[in-house]
Amino acid sequence: MGAQKKRAAAAAAAARVSEDPDDLARQPLQAILLADSFTTKFRPITLERPKVLLPLVNVPMINYTLAWLEAAGVAEVFVFCCAHSKQVIDYLENSEWFSQPNFTVKTIESHNIISAGDALRLIYEQNVIHGDFVLISGDTVSNMSLTQALQEHKERKKKDNNAVMTMIIKKSKPSPITRQSRLGTDELFMAIDPNTKQLLYYEDKADHSKGTICLDKMLLAENPSISLHNDKQDCYIDICSPEVLSLFTDNFDYQHLRRHFVKGLLLDDIMGYKIFTHEIHSSYAARIDNYRSYDIVSKDIIQRWTYPYVPDVKFCGNRATKLERRGICFTAFNSEIEQSRSAQVGSFTVIGYGTKIGSNSKISDSVIGEGCTIGSNVLIEGSYIWDNVIIEDGCELRHVIVCDGVIMKAGAVLKPGVVLSFKVVIGERFVVPAYSKVSLLQQPTVHDSDEELEYADNSSGTVEFSSIQGTADQSNGEMTSESSEAHKPKLGTGGVGYIWSICEGGQEEEWRHSVAPIPEDKLTELSEAMDDDQELVTQDRTALSTSGELISDSNASEGDDNEDSKDDSVYFEKEVEATFLRAVEENVKVDHVILEVNSLRLSYNMTSADCAGAVFYSMMKLAIKTPHSSAIGLLTLYPSPFSMVASNAYPIYLSGELQQNTANIITTWQKLLKSYLLEIDEEIEIILKFEEMCLESAKEFSPLFARILHILYDKDILQEDAILRWADEKEGADESDKVFVRQSEKFIQWLREASEEED
Amino acid sequence: MDFQVVVLAGGTSKKLVPLVSKEVPKALLPVANRPVLSYVLEQLELSNIKDLIVVVEGADAALCVGGWISAAYVDRLHVEVATVPEDVGTAGALRAIAHHLTAKDVLVVSGDLVSDVPPGAVTAAHRRHDAVVTAMICSVPVSGLSEAGSSGAKDKTKKPGRYNIIGMDPTKQFLLHIATGAELEKDTRIRKSILRAVGQMDIRADLMDAHMYAFNRSVLQEVLDQKDKFQSLKQDVLPYLVRSQLKSEILINGAPQGQQAKENGNDKVSYRILANASTPSFHELYALGPNGSAPVRRTHKCCVYIASNSKYCVRLNSIQAFMDINRDVIGEANHLSGYNFSAQNNIIHPSAELGSKTTVGPHCMLGEGSQMGDKCSVKRSVIGRHCRIGSNVKVVNSVVMNHVTIGDGCSIQGSVICSNAQLQERVALKDCQVLSLSTSVFLSLSSNEYL
Repeated sequence: MGAQKKRAAAAAAAARVSEDPDDLARQPLQAILLADSFTTKFRPITLERPKVLLPLVNVPMINYTLAWLEAAGVAEVFVFCCAHSKQVIDYLENSEWFSQPNFTVKTIESHNIISAGDALRLIYEQNVIHGDFVLISGDTVSNMSLTQALQEHKERKKKDNNAVMTMIIKKSKPSPITRQSRLGTDELFMAIDPNTKQLLYYEDKADHSKGTICLDKMLLAENPSISLHNDKQDCYIDICSPEVLSLFTDNFDYQHLRRHFVKGLLLDDIMGYKIFTHEIHSSYAARIDNYRSYDIVSKDIIQRWTYPYVPDVKFCGNRATKLERRGICFTAFNSEIEQSRSAQVGSFTVIGYGTKIGSNSKISDSVIGEGCTIGSNVLIEGSYIWDNVIIEDGCELRHVIVCDGVIMKAGAVLKPGVVLSFKVVIGERFVVPAYSKVSLLQQPTVHDSDEELEYADNSSGTVEFSSIQGTADQSNGEMTSESSEAHKPKLGTGGVGYIWSICEGGQEEEWRHSVAPIPEDKLTELSEAMDDDQELVTQDRTALSTSGELISDSNASEGDDNEDSKDDSVYFEKEVEATFLRAVEENVKVDHVILEVNSLRLSYNMTSADCAGAVFYSMMKLAIKTPHSSAIGLLTLYPSPFSMVASNAYPIYLSGELQQNTANIITTWQKLLKSYLLEIDEEIEIILKFEEMCLESAKEFSPLFARILHILYDKDILQEDAILRWADEKEGADESDKVFVRQSEKFIQWLREASEEED
Repeated sequence: MDFQVVVLAGGTSKKLVPLVSKEVPKALLPVANRPVLSYVLEQLELSNIKDLIVVVEGADAALCVGGWISAAYVDRLHVEVATVPEDVGTAGALRAIAHHLTAKDVLVVSGDLVSDVPPGAVTAAHRRHDAVVTAMICSVPVSGLSEAGSSGAKDKTKKPGRYNIIGMDPTKQFLLHIATGAELEKDTRIRKSILRAVGQMDIRADLMDAHMYAFNRSVLQEVLDQKDKFQSLKQDVLPYLVRSQLKSEILINGAPQGQQAKENGNDKVSYRILANASTPSFHELYALGPNGSAPVRRTHKCCVYIASNSKYCVRLNSIQAFMDINRDVIGEANHLSGYNFSAQNNIIHPSAELGSKTTVGPHCMLGEGSQMGDKCSVKRSVIGRHCRIGSNVKVVNSVVMNHVTIGDGCSIQGSVICSNAQLQERVALKDCQVLSLSTSVFLSLSSNEYL
C-alpha cells in the first residue's frame, strides 16, 4: 500500500484542485466498469472464469483497472457484472476494494445482457449516473492522468452541448504487413480534425477487400483540414457525458460501443452529437482484447511501462516482489522461491510465491504464478503459467498460456500458441500442436459469432464449473479412470481434456491473436499478398484515369445502378406475376388487372415495354403450370418428323397440350397484353422476352418457339413488322443467338413474301 | 545544366475569351500594364535561371509572344519559343518539345502564374528528396473584392472555393493524394495502402496546386511516352505519379539499376543529411523486405513545396482572377509589380495628365501618356497607356487597358475595358467586359455582359 496509496491520493487531490473552481455543482467523478467484454476471444478459459479475474502478471486484471480509476480521481465505480457475475462479486467482496476510504465500488449484476449497449441501458434505468463518467472495461491497464482529458471534455461540453464523448487514443502504428496493431487488434482508420480533435471517421474491423477509405464530400466541405490516421490505437477509455446513456436508450439497436455507437453518432447528422479524441503521449493505456494483447501488456508491465502498476510496487491486491538486476534487465522474484542452483532464470521474468524450480531448467520472458512446481530440464520461453501448475521433467513450453491446476507429464511439449485451460492434464511426451486450445469442457457446439458472448453459457457456467472441478479432481486422483481413458488418444497417456477444434475460418486467423509471435513464413506470405494487393489497386487506378476524369468510378456507379435496376425489374416481374395469377384464380376483370399492373409500373418506375414483358412472362409461366401431359415428351422423342410437320404446316398447326394451353391463355388475356403494346418496340420486347425464357426459365417452350410466335401473330398481338424487325436485328448476332430465328425461318420467310405481295 | 525550365504560356484560353484574342494571347494580358508572362520570367531571372523554353499554343500567339520576349528580354534571358498545336494540353505540349529536354530535372511553370515564390525553393526541395516530381502548393487565394466590392463579384467568389484536395504526410514534405477537377465533387477516396505505409495523412481542402512542377526528366518522358492519352500535367501526370508512388512502374530504380545503386551508395549519406532526418522516409521503409532486407519494392517520391502564407501566388486563369490579380498587384502585393509607388500609394506615370479636381486614390495605376479630364475619380483601378478619359468619370475596381477612350460622365465599376474600346458619354458599366477593336458603347450595361 504505503507509498503508492499516497501517490494515488495526491494525484486524486491534484485532479480535484485543478478542476474548474467555479463549477460548484460538481459531481464526484463516476465510472462504469464493464466486467465483461462481451466477446469470446478468451475461450475456453472464460468458460470457467471471467476475463477480468484472469491473472495478468499474477494480479487479476480488474485490479489494474480499479487501481488506476482510484488514482485518477474517480470517486465511485459501478462494476457491471454479467458473465460469471458471482465470481466477480465474490472476488470483489473478499478484496480490499469495498473498504477504500474515498473510493466506492458498487456492483450491478445482470444475466440477460448480451452487449455493452444493453448494459448501459440497464445502468441508465437504474439512474445512478449523475454527471460525466468514465466508461472502461475491466481489462484495461493504464497509468494516464485523467485530469487534462477531463478538463478538455468539460470545457468542450460547456461550449458545445453536443460534445458528448472524449475518446482516449494513443500512437501505435500497426504493421502494414499484418494489418494489425501491436496489441493484435485490427488496424484502425480514423479521421480527426487536427484543430479541434473532433473525430470525423472511425473504421475498425476494416474490410480488407476495400482498398480505399471513402470520406464523404460533405466532410471536406465542412473541414478544410483533416488528419487521417492509421497510426493510432483506441485505448477504449471514454469520458462520457450522461447523454451517452440516454443515447443508448434512445437507439435500442446500439450494441457495440464502437461499431454501433461511435459510428452511429458519426453518421447521424440530425442530432449533431460530436465525439472528440484526446491523445496521450507518455502514459500508458491498453486494453487486453485477445491473447496477443495479453502477452504484450504482460511484457509492458514487466518492463515497467505501466508504472506504478508493476510487480515490484505494491498496489491493491498484490504482493510486492523483489527485483533483481540481471544484466540490464529486471527479473522479479519472490523471496520464498525454491530454486535449484543450476536453474537459469532469464530476464523479464516474474516468478510467484512458493514456486519450485528444478535443476537445469531454463526460464525466460515468462510469468510464473504461485505454488507451481517445475521439474528439471524444463524449458519455458515467453509463456504465462498461472497458479499451482505442475510441470514435470523435460517439458518444453514456448509462447503458451497455462491456467491454474494444469499438470504436464514428463516430456510433454507445448507448441507456440497453445492455451491450456484449468486443470487440464497433458500426457507423457505428448506434443500439443500449435495454436490448440485445450479445456476440460467440451467445445460448445454452437459457435457464437463474434457479437455474442461468454455469458451464453454463463447461467450454468458456475454450476458446471464446480461439477467439472469435481470430475477433474477425481481424474487427478485416479489417472486410470474411464473418463481419462476416453481422452487418451487426444492428450496422450493420462491426459485429461478436450482439444477444441478451431472455429470455422479460425485457422487462418488463429496466429493473429495468439500469444506466440507471428511466424516468419506467415509474414513473408503476407507481404507477398500485400504486393499483389497493391498491384490490383494500381491496375485499377491506371485503367481509370486517362484524362483526370473518373472514368472507372463513373463506370462503377453505373454498374451499381444497373444492378439496382436489375433487382428492381426482378421484383417487378414477380409482382406482376403474382397479380396475374391472382387474377386468373379469382377471375378478376381484365380492366382491373390492367389497373393493378399500371400501378405497379408506376411504383417501380418501369416502361410499358417492361410491363408487356412481365405480363407475357406471367402468361407463359401459367401456361407451363397448367397441367399438360406430353407435349415435350412427344417433341423430344420425335423431333425430326415433328419439326418437319411444323414447318410444313403453316399457317396454323396447333399441337401438343402445352401449345394448346398457351393458345388458350393468350386468347383469354390478349386484351391485357395488348394494352401494353402501344408501339412496335414493346412487341419486339415480347419476342426478346420469349426468347430469353426459352433459353433460361422455361426451356419447355424452346421447341415450340416458332409456333407460339405464329399464334401471337394470328391473335394480332405481334405485327409482322415487329417480327421482321426482330429477325433483322438478329441478323448480325452470334450463331448461338440465332437458334430461334432459324427455327422460325419459314414463318419469317412467309411473312416477308406476304408483305411483298401486298406491296 | 541539371535544371531546364519550361514555361507553358498557353495560347488563347477559352476561359478568358472576351479578354484574349489572336493579338493578345493569354501570356500577354496586362497585369498592372505588364504582360502576365513577365512576372514568371522575372521570378525565374531572380532565381538566376536564364535559359528557358517558352511553349506557346498556336502559331499566331507564338509570334506575338516571341516578338514581345525578344524585345523585352533581348539581352537578359536566353529564351527559346516553341510552338505547339492548340488543344494538345500541357502534357501534350511537353511531349511535343521532349527532344529539347536533356537536363536531369525539368521545372515546368505555368505562364499565367503571378507569384513571388522563388522557383529556386521548389527545385531545392525537389533535389533534397531526389523526388520524381515536386509540386508547388499554395493556399487558395482569397478571390473577389475584399472591400467596397459589388455583390455580384462576391457571389462569384464563393463558388470556386476549392481547387484541390491534397493529402500530405505529417511533415508536409510528401504528396500522398491529390484530387482535381471532377473528383472534387465526389467523395474522397484515400487508398489504405498508402495510409498504412505513412501512418498519418493530413488532408487539406484549402490548398491548391499552383502549377509549378519540378519533374525528373527521364521519368517525365517515360510517363509521357507510355501514357499517350495523358493530356494534362495537373490532371493526369501528377495524379498518376502520386497514385503509383508505392508501386512504381517507372524505371528510375529499375533500368539503370547498377548505376542507380552506385549513385545511391555514394550519395546516401549526403541525402540523409540533406533530408534533415536520420530516419528514412516511409517510402524507403515501405520498400524494404519483411526482414528489413534489401528493398523489394520499387517506390518513388512525390514531394510538395508549400508556399508560405505570406507569399503571393495566384494563377490568371479566369476573368475574376484577372481582376483580382490586377487589383492585388497594385495593392497588397505591390512588390511584385516592380514599380515605385508614390506617397499616395499609387503610380501615376509622369507623362500622364490629370485634369483639375481629379483624384486618383491609393492602389491605382495610371499608365504612360494617359489623359484624364476634370473631376474624375479613380479608385483601386488600373488604367493603361494612352487612354483618353473625359470629365466626371468614375472608375472603381476596374481595369482599363491601353488606348481606350472614355466619354464624359461615364461610370465604370468592376469592369474590364480592353484596348482601343471607346465609351460614349454617360455610359454606366457594372461588372462588364468590353471588347476591344473600337467597339463603341452607348448604353449602360450591367452584370457580366460583354460586347
